[in-house]
Amino acid sequence: MARIEGVNIPTEKVVGIALTYVHGIGRPTAVKILQEANVPWGKRVNALTEDELNRIRDTIKATCKVEGELRRDVAMTIKRLMDLGCYRGLRHRKGLPARGQRTRTNARTRKGPRKTIAGKKLATKK
Amino acid sequence: MARSVKKGPYVAGYLLKKAEKARASTRNEVIKTWSRASTILPQFIGLTFGVYNGQKFIPVLVTDNMVGHKLGEFAPTRTFQQHTVAGGDKTASKG
Repeated sequence: MARIEGVNIPTEKVVGIALTYVHGIGRPTAVKILQEANVPWGKRVNALTEDELNRIRDTIKATCKVEGELRRDVAMTIKRLMDLGCYRGLRHRKGLPARGQRTRTNARTRKGPRKTIAGKKLATKK
Repeated sequence: MARSVKKGPYVAGYLLKKAEKARASTRNEVIKTWSRASTILPQFIGLTFGVYNGQKFIPVLVTDNMVGHKLGEFAPTRTFQQHTVAGGDKTASKG
């Protein structure tokens, strides 16, 4: 069992992939970390030596923001925008897309499931 | 795409001059402007701008974490009228 950055316990996968189970590490970041730590990408996690694991932990600590710290950072940025009263903050408050996307249709990721309005006429096609 | 750093932040020239003047005279007057695209600079902190939203000038008091944003971000141009309650009359739909 390997523990990296708190609760994350990637299993018997290749390290390069197992690292992506940590919030804030994707495949490119994983590759970079492994290069820095001098650990082969293709090695299985359960085949790693304790020394290699420690090298990976150290590089992650030194190079990138992950897990709780990253989440807090993102939340803080959003909170700052909301308190500022700027356009992006307003959009966050309303739960609408903040980067100028259309909202007449789509935008379901931000708006959530459709709320059907009873008695609303459908747009008539000409 | 972000603006080239080489050019520096965009601020309308007259705005800079007005801001300088406003800072020199201590009384806080609203600086009316149509230049919504102007970046808020550190020397604007504490000043009040009247940012035009297409209808009227919205007073914006610049605080220190507004630096780097544009003036227009603080003066919304659209007002959202509430949707009518489900099954209600058609005031929300276009006449």
